[in-house]
Amino acid sequence: MKTVFARTAVLKDCSTHYCPGCGHGIAHRLVAEAIDELGIQGRTIGIAPVGCSVLLYDYIDVDCIEVAHGRAPAVATGMKRTNPDKIVFSYQGDGDLASIGAAEILHAGHRGEQLTVIFINNAVYGMTGGQMAPTTMLNQVTTTSPKGRSAVEQGYPLQVSEVMAVLPGVVYVERTALDGGAGVRKTKKAIKHAFELQVEGAPGLALVEVLSPCPTYWRMPPAKAMKRIREEMSKFFPVGRLKG
Amino acid sequence: MPETRAITGNGAIAEAMRQIAPDVVAAFPITPSTQIIEDFAGFVADGKVDTELITVESEHSAMSACIGASAAGGRVMTATSANGLALMWEMLYVAAGMRQPILVAVVNRALSAPINIHCDHGDSMGARDAGWIQIYAENNQQAYDNMIMAPAIAGHADVRLPLMVCLDGFIISHSIETMQLEEDRQVQAFIGEHKAFHSLLDTANPSSWGALDLHDYYIEHKKAQQVAMANAKPVIEEVSERFGKEFGRRYELFESYRLDDAERVVVAINSVAGELKEVIDELRDEGEKVGLLKIRVFRPFPYAEIAAALKNSKIVTVLDRSTSMGAYGPLFVEICSSLYDANPRPMLYSRTFGLGGRELLLDDIRDLFEESKRYLNEGKIEKTSDFLNVRGG
Repeated sequence: MKTVFARTAVLKDCSTHYCPGCGHGIAHRLVAEAIDELGIQGRTIGIAPVGCSVLLYDYIDVDCIEVAHGRAPAVATGMKRTNPDKIVFSYQGDGDLASIGAAEILHAGHRGEQLTVIFINNAVYGMTGGQMAPTTMLNQVTTTSPKGRSAVEQGYPLQVSEVMAVLPGVVYVERTALDGGAGVRKTKKAIKHAFELQVEGAPGLALVEVLSPCPTYWRMPPAKAMKRIREEMSKFFPVGRLKG
Repeated sequence: MPETRAITGNGAIAEAMRQIAPDVVAAFPITPSTQIIEDFAGFVADGKVDTELITVESEHSAMSACIGASAAGGRVMTATSANGLALMWEMLYVAAGMRQPILVAVVNRALSAPINIHCDHGDSMGARDAGWIQIYAENNQQAYDNMIMAPAIAGHADVRLPLMVCLDGFIISHSIETMQLEEDRQVQAFIGEHKAFHSLLDTANPSSWGALDLHDYYIEHKKAQQVAMANAKPVIEEVSERFGKEFGRRYELFESYRLDDAERVVVAINSVAGELKEVIDELRDEGEKVGLLKIRVFRPFPYAEIAAALKNSKIVTVLDRSTSMGAYGPLFVEICSSLYDANPRPMLYSRTFGLGGRELLLDDIRDLFEESKRYLNEGKIEKTSDFLNVRGG
């Protein structure tokens, strides 16, 4: 019988803990496919964040380390400098990368560390139960902004990719959206490119920001969450290649 | 009218915060303390409290903002757990050194690594030398009551120290218990007005905080913190007594449970005390002379008072829900210090339990008392220090 579909080899054969309609499952698969297609499974090390994807090591079949909230790029720095032949990537959410770990990602980029960073932006702190993140949209209701985020009270959503793109030590920045088939394919291409650059020894950090749905804490059905990315989120977080 | 309500420990702390009505709360969410700030954000949004709530990007910034707000003369609070408290570390010492009476609800949780979200006391015990008053609670009511007493203690003119109210993660923070919430007006009258000392916004009397302080004065400032800690003890007693008169629930520096004639005593902190009391009641019915000393105030530590309370005991088992790597558990060390001069000195040993949320069941506690009985009969302690309910030994 002809095989028309097979499970990605780098993805472990188990079901995930993610909520229905969550983008992490898709993003995990795209990371696994990229690692598989580049033939780097045996020399790739992943860094799991604190956040919903804290159990990354249960799903992606590469060696992983779990570090403190936000510290992934700093730990990745030590890891890559010790093992320059290894492919080191961090997978971080907005609470991890854009909030508590803002200094670490900024300075990994500033130092031009040869790392691949997958940044999942779902505009909310998911694991702790739906609090406001730096990336939360204006007027978005969260448990710590019950009347909606206000620019005066809590500032504007933080555009990490735009900030990172101005750093000379950052070689590639692309923002994509898991908002449908085309968006998923573009995200795959971007993630694979971010790994390729490290494989090729590009002189700096590669970052892909993935706009990802959180139906649970956006309090809407999955299809509507995808639509929200397209119609609302990507207005403030425009998709496309910002650098490289 | 006081209200009897079924509420979680976190919910009770949030209600206490609403009643205290701090000027500023700066916080970053971390399990299992998150609900405190969520509930509080609801109170702010609903206009039930006029607090500036700052949702900062990390706990380091949360404590930094608290210090700034406190030095500017505000009444300031936050809540955190585990790694969140650890990330505040640098600023905990700064808050204490600058004598800012900041209040923090610490919902006790195990520290990474390995990552774990469940209860132990490694977080607050690790911060025991930071210069903060630490008050622990067995249940939701005590957590709420301790928080209501906190402003009057921390902000007292003779004290002026930051204060942690500690409660067990999940076991208390997420468990619904029926408890009494006191009336807003009565609570606010009890707490009184916040009085800032040498506020940075008092432009008529300019002051500086945290200025360079080398071998000329640093040690005097540290001694002053010790003096403030010593002052805190009678202040805690006085505020607790006033609280008892006002609200009918009486608290001391520690709780003595069936202790007067107890030969075999367990010393413990926080929610495990509930289970211990249950087993002690059963054993008392069987004629066993057993009792509990439950720590409430861990900093300042009441050495002399504990020595007096344990004077009739023959053997003391100290339960630590945290460990000091390469040393005995922090509570055991303090109890040993308390009893050093006791004559006769009871037999003493240490048991570590519950790290990362490992259960200690009623049968385990029965076994613990069986063990202390055997040690007492044999006149010797087989193992001075050991872990309970642990694989490999």
